[in-house]
Amino acid sequence: MATTTLEPRAETYRSSWVIDWLTTVDHKKIGVLYIVNSFLFFFAAGILALVIRSELAVPGLQFLDERTYNQAFTMHGTIMIFLFIVPVLSGFANYVVPLQLGAPDMAFPRINALSFWLLPLGGLLIFSGYLFGGAAAEGWTGYAPLSGGTYAAGVGTDLWLIGLTLVGTASILGAVNIIATVFKMRAPGMTLMRMPIFCWTVLVTAVLILLATPVLTAGLIALFIDRNYGGSFFDPTTGGQPILWQHIFWFFGHPEVYIVILPAMGVVSEILPVFSRKPLFGYRAFVFATIAIGLLSFSVWAHHMFTTGVVFLPFFAFMTALIAVPTGVKMFNWMATLWRGSISLTTPMLFALGFVTMFLIGGITGVMLSAPAVDFHLQDTYFVVGHLHYVFFGGSVFGVFAATYFWFPKITGRRLNERLGKVHFWIHFIGFNLAFFPMHPLGITGMPRRVSDYSPDAGWTLWNMASTAGAFMIAISVLPFLINVIATFINGERVGDDPWEANTLEWATSSPPPPYNFDKLPPIRSERPVFDLRHKHDVEHLSAEERP
Amino acid sequence: MSVEASTSMSADITTRVEVARRESGMPTPLVGMLLFIASEVMFFGGLFAAYFNARAAFVGEWGPPAPAPELEILPLALPLTVILLTSSLTMQLGVWAIRRGNQGAMRFWTAITLLLGISFVAGQLYDYTTLGFGISDGVFGTVFYTLTGFHGAHVFGGTVGLTILLARAIQGQFSARNHVAVEAISIYWHFVDVVWIALFTTLYFLR
Repeated sequence: MATTTLEPRAETYRSSWVIDWLTTVDHKKIGVLYIVNSFLFFFAAGILALVIRSELAVPGLQFLDERTYNQAFTMHGTIMIFLFIVPVLSGFANYVVPLQLGAPDMAFPRINALSFWLLPLGGLLIFSGYLFGGAAAEGWTGYAPLSGGTYAAGVGTDLWLIGLTLVGTASILGAVNIIATVFKMRAPGMTLMRMPIFCWTVLVTAVLILLATPVLTAGLIALFIDRNYGGSFFDPTTGGQPILWQHIFWFFGHPEVYIVILPAMGVVSEILPVFSRKPLFGYRAFVFATIAIGLLSFSVWAHHMFTTGVVFLPFFAFMTALIAVPTGVKMFNWMATLWRGSISLTTPMLFALGFVTMFLIGGITGVMLSAPAVDFHLQDTYFVVGHLHYVFFGGSVFGVFAATYFWFPKITGRRLNERLGKVHFWIHFIGFNLAFFPMHPLGITGMPRRVSDYSPDAGWTLWNMASTAGAFMIAISVLPFLINVIATFINGERVGDDPWEANTLEWATSSPPPPYNFDKLPPIRSERPVFDLRHKHDVEHLSAEERP
Repeated sequence: MSVEASTSMSADITTRVEVARRESGMPTPLVGMLLFIASEVMFFGGLFAAYFNARAAFVGEWGPPAPAPELEILPLALPLTVILLTSSLTMQLGVWAIRRGNQGAMRFWTAITLLLGISFVAGQLYDYTTLGFGISDGVFGTVFYTLTGFHGAHVFGGTVGLTILLARAIQGQFSARNHVAVEAISIYWHFVDVVWIALFTTLYFLR
């Protein structure tokens, strides 16, 4: 064991584990709460996805009417983005970042608990629209005037606004906590340029959350005022402008895309080196590419608004295409890390490679859409739906599963079964491509997004059938994953503290780690302190100058 | 393999985790407060953007909708501005006092700041009753009440913070060495003041 439990244990008078979990301020328990809560919302929003795909499998309205269909895709998008992908990555950040920095906890443990508990509250408020005459139904982007009192009269949209405000506040508080932790809680020797890449990506993500989310909050409140107090922000009849909502929403919404993808990039950048037995190629380039993506993300929001005719196309098209440069740098980082590595195709590695390949496709379709001429043709078609799912699902969700398989042994002390994991990966990977690739030809041939029905003469039936089959394959792939998690949790293989022979500090403590994480830390002289420790004897015969 | 590897590692671990927190530099609560204020800047930035967007696109006379009278800095808006600016000064006098360890002066200045803050909120609420237009009276009414209302809510939040500060100060919890909460609340109070300067200038002069 790298470390022993702290003595005397900071044990307590509490007897009930329920109370213990409800009142915990330990970043690891809060991280687990985040992850479990997010997966519950993932399954709920996944069921909505199956409902949507079932309706679209063949022409005609089989299961839903237009109204319930609109609610289904609105809730699917909102829940997946705000209550699954963002919080699940926050959960891993919560669990892993203090460990990777060699810190005992987050900078503000009680605020950390608050920012978690706002999430289930906000999520349930958003969902509770179903109980009060129908959930929000204007898409996750909530465009005015569709979301105004005239076209969305029900209370569902108000609950959506309140719920998102709470979730956004949770994100902001979490971001404050992460940034303060990174700048104030690093162990001696852990300089910024020795921080694990995951910490870097989470740091930049936190800055984006901190600066982008409050703008959304302002927009949500403005819309709430319009709907409930007779305000005129987005109402053209009294001097307001619907287009203002799009500016506000996308000023948040585009950084949000990087909020969702950067931590997943960090996960992949932790996993590829471990299973290639090489350091990450170009650590510094990766750090600067991450910062560059963060900076550029604030100058591209209007590429969602090319067809509105009120934005300066050359500027936003250029800035959007420019983001492909730092992203491309990362692609080379990853490929060069794999190059001539001693690669072992474990489940986390498979998901990481899945991320690199699928995200590449999503990135390329993104560059295509950055050209206004192409965008005018493809705006609001299924091509955009395909693009965003290759980024969100092929990118972020693959990253989430990679992180789950990679850190599960750290969180529980037990490794997920590799055979079931590979079954999960392959069904998931094939199902994903079957579900989302057909959306590209569908979009190019003109199928609009957010429609509940289409003509049997349009030639879209076969592609839609394939996509629906793929969606059910993804759903089936979740079964081996769930069985794996439950079986491993009960009776999995105990694998010790560092089963992957990894590089970063979370592997230098016990699995699961003790309440305050570390009794002792290894010396930190590079971004791979645990690797250095493992290979200490390999360099002992070298003089000080010869050592790496 | 991993168990053996980690067993051999344990003997090599040298650095004790005695001081994981960095004692040097800015105290962590102040870092947290500054980051929170950064998010607040963006929040008000969003609202100001909505204001200027409405202003730029508005056709006709920009201002309170008829028949409401034009906004005037007297008799109320200017005195309220002076009150809030003064409260920033008294707040800072309190901070300087506690840095010298003068608990009595710090209590005094905090109490004065609290009184000024409450006066501002009360004055603003009274002002609302005299303006003659409401939040639903066109886009000017909407942006006016949203911006001043959220600013007022932030002042109110500050008075809650000041009340807690005063209660703790009366219990003697602050000293020259230990007063990070005073510093944090003071930064927030100055921030709210700065927002008002921007708001006052925008609403009353930049028209």
